[in-house]
Amino acid sequence: MEAFLQYATVFSALIVLILFGFLTYFTLPLFAEGQFAELFSLHWRPFHGEFGILPMISGTLALAISALLIAYPLGLGICLFVHGLGPRWLARPTLLLVHGMTGIPTVVYGFVAVFLLVPLLRNNFSHGSGFSLLAAALTLSILILPTIILLINSQLEHIVPKLRLTTTALGISRIHELTRISLPAASYGLLSAAILGFGRAVGDTLIALMVAGNAAQIPEFAFDSIRTLTAHIALVVATDSQSTTYHSLFACGLILFLTTASVNLLLHRIKHRTCRETDCE
Amino acid sequence: MRQQSFSGLFLAVLLIIFFTLPAVSGELDHFSNLQGNIDIAGGTAHIPVMKDAAKHIMTKYPQITITVAGGGSGVGVQKVAEGLVDIGNAGRPISAKEQKKYPQLRSFPFAVDGVAPTVNPDNIVSELTSIQIQNIFSGEIKNWKDVGGDDAEIHIYSRDEASGTRSVFWKKCLNKGTVVESANIVASNGAMKVAVSQDQYALGYMSIGHLDNTVKPLNLDGITPTQENAINGQYPVVRKLFMNSNGAPTPLVKAFIDYVMSSEGATNISNNGYIPL
Repeated sequence: MEAFLQYATVFSALIVLILFGFLTYFTLPLFAEGQFAELFSLHWRPFHGEFGILPMISGTLALAISALLIAYPLGLGICLFVHGLGPRWLARPTLLLVHGMTGIPTVVYGFVAVFLLVPLLRNNFSHGSGFSLLAAALTLSILILPTIILLINSQLEHIVPKLRLTTTALGISRIHELTRISLPAASYGLLSAAILGFGRAVGDTLIALMVAGNAAQIPEFAFDSIRTLTAHIALVVATDSQSTTYHSLFACGLILFLTTASVNLLLHRIKHRTCRETDCE
Repeated sequence: MRQQSFSGLFLAVLLIIFFTLPAVSGELDHFSNLQGNIDIAGGTAHIPVMKDAAKHIMTKYPQITITVAGGGSGVGVQKVAEGLVDIGNAGRPISAKEQKKYPQLRSFPFAVDGVAPTVNPDNIVSELTSIQIQNIFSGEIKNWKDVGGDDAEIHIYSRDEASGTRSVFWKKCLNKGTVVESANIVASNGAMKVAVSQDQYALGYMSIGHLDNTVKPLNLDGITPTQENAINGQYPVVRKLFMNSNGAPTPLVKAFIDYVMSSEGATNISNNGYIPL
């Protein structure tokens, strides 16, 4: 059994390494042909020899950060609601609902957004076609909401019951207990929720592809049409596989891979540090 | 006596079946001694035509299995050249670079497809010149009122670089001009139809085969984008649809290609909104 587990571990680690090697290998022709600098130009015009992926990088960051800005406060609020600010009988159904949300396929959110949210934005604001950073950020925030809630909740579940008796005996109000004692004690959960939420937002393809409009430009306003790295790969992957256009995709893949890898490493470090300071189980 | 008339009737029915069958499915006879698999992948515009042909063949000859997948023109060319599929479809000719890397590829054009500029049915504009369209896509004209429409922003919808539809529209309508970077990009003809049918001030373009009453094709320089005008050469924004094989096709693949190009295959192509060659 132990041997089997070891093999499984080595196998999984190898796959990640192979993936990294593969992406690097396919990005190499860009270095060799001296086109790597071109990747960091501001324009994506493959038919004029410009292969800048900066618009996609900035689009990805803008989308992930705004989705996080919408979803995080909402998620935190729901966690506090479940752990004492809301009526007790609503706590379980709320958590059940959140659990249920994790099972909804991304394409459903995308589909609903295309037919409801996008026309709403288009008809109520004079600028743009509705396919925009704002539309995608709103939709994506709903997608990453359960990730954030479940992570914060899993920490609070450990902390709150231990503290409640003491804090009640000391006459500390619920809101004080949560904001001054429980939340600071749950700092690992709070941080990891933000980081994982961000990672999930960066990695999502379908919502950006369906709702964000996919214009390869640096976003300036919430109503601008934007393109993310993931949507970019999905859109361009079917081109002539001998072209620079195609090779530049591997650079996008490499950037995405490195982003997710650093998100996970960061998470690991934080866990390590917080666990030394407090007693994690 | 009664027995005899029955067998006479039976014989007559058999004879009728015998003589009418070839007339119904004459083009399919080439498959009678063949069996095996045909895997097809590539251009998405081809899929309805391929599926219908596959359905007819497999219904008559269950010993033949045909699978049809998408992926886009680039994927089609690469997969067939690497021997992963038997037929790789492309909505464009094989590029010079592909030709250099895979000199053994053989192309079989079988249909013509037109690409029409398309707006929402509620848009009062029904005709644009190609110069106007070029100026709109390059970002010089931004408002519908400048081309005879409502006072509203023009929402441009375009396609990704892998799209054969985009390729022909860019070459033959936009005259290889620039497309403004703020244009929305959709991933398929179907997605284009959804986007344009929902957005009153949209301007997009799509394959004539995909047009229906949820969208409105624009007359281009006074010519209506129809199959008839595409055939007689009046409507200029047209492209060919290709099947590609890796070297000389095997007898089974050859039979399939011949069937798609036969008169029965031509009916199938027209039924799907394309123009048989």
